[in-house]
Amino acid sequence: MKNKKRVDGGRLVRIARFAVLFAAVIFLVTGIVRKEYLDVFQKAVKICLECIGIG
Amino acid sequence: MKDTAKAAEVGETDKQKCGDNKRRKWGGGKEKKKPGSFFKIRLSFRRSIQLISAALFNGYVAGFAKGKIFTGGAKGFCVPVLNCYSCPGALGACPIGALQTSLGRGHTIPFYVLGLMMLFGVVLGRVVCGLLCPFGLVQDLLHKIPLPKYKVPAKIDRPARYIKYLILIFMVILLPAFLVDDTGVGLPFFCKYICPAGTLEGGLFHMAANAALRGLAGILFHFKLFVLVVIVLASVVIPRPFCRYLCPLGAFYSLFQRFAFFTMDFEEKKCVGCKKCERSCPMAVEVTKNINSTECIRCGKCRDVCPTGAISYRNNFFRKK
Repeated sequence: MKNKKRVDGGRLVRIARFAVLFAAVIFLVTGIVRKEYLDVFQKAVKICLECIGIG
Repeated sequence: MKDTAKAAEVGETDKQKCGDNKRRKWGGGKEKKKPGSFFKIRLSFRRSIQLISAALFNGYVAGFAKGKIFTGGAKGFCVPVLNCYSCPGALGACPIGALQTSLGRGHTIPFYVLGLMMLFGVVLGRVVCGLLCPFGLVQDLLHKIPLPKYKVPAKIDRPARYIKYLILIFMVILLPAFLVDDTGVGLPFFCKYICPAGTLEGGLFHMAANAALRGLAGILFHFKLFVLVVIVLASVVIPRPFCRYLCPLGAFYSLFQRFAFFTMDFEEKKCVGCKKCERSCPMAVEVTKNINSTECIRCGKCRDVCPTGAISYRNNFFRKK
């Protein structure tokens, strides 16, 4: 029976989808444990002179 | 093989429908005519989402009044869109800015920012670009200005689409990671030399509100202003030029396009080959050939104009097939 081409690309794509989701959650949790959000926070609460063109 | 005669018939019989499609709401159906009113502003569902999203991501109204930026805890969280954290109203951090910051401060793998970006990418894909991004909204509104539009030739358009990937790799990842200043910290090269969202949302406002900062404006500011002006002018004649050619966040999300949880669905048997979808697409995607192209921003315009309902959104969260 000829397999129809599906938009979602079949089983491999479904596996990749959930694998990436899992990896994203792992990365996020790792980053939170390492307190990397503090670097983001410290940068974001000051006016970024590079971003506004002062340099 | 498409039946051109049927396409013509559909085109004629659906002429009225197609005209209404442009004003059709998200869920389909004609809008009822309301009694005459002085203010006749009709917003599509898509535009409403864009405006609400822009307001939510930049909801710190007091920042505009006081000339300061938000310093609450939410600034430690990245929003899914390109939204400068120096915007007075910004409630969250820009993911591209945060990525450069994390790399610049020596994190070999910035797990937190990368995890957030991957989460947005795999769950939403480039629907972030099409429906949520404030700078995308700016480009869409500029493109509505009634001036002649320009279709970029494929010979220029196709290779130019790769520029955003080069910007992502070099200016967002490699340069901040490896080129450091005297204190050992890497600079946000994309934010510093290109980002028009930063100039528009943060630079112009802070320059207007703060005389001390105005005094510091030099060649860099004028260069960034020039980049912003070019993109603004280009947006009038070309749909979404920044998203097409320069946005590193769009480039990142495009990597997840094929297997994001939200994709587009195209039913070939319903298609009559009228090509209305491709003519309406702001990203010049060949909708009937590759609807889940990396360039598709999931704006849904193709879905709105399709006379036969061959195009729809697809939620892959719980589908088995």
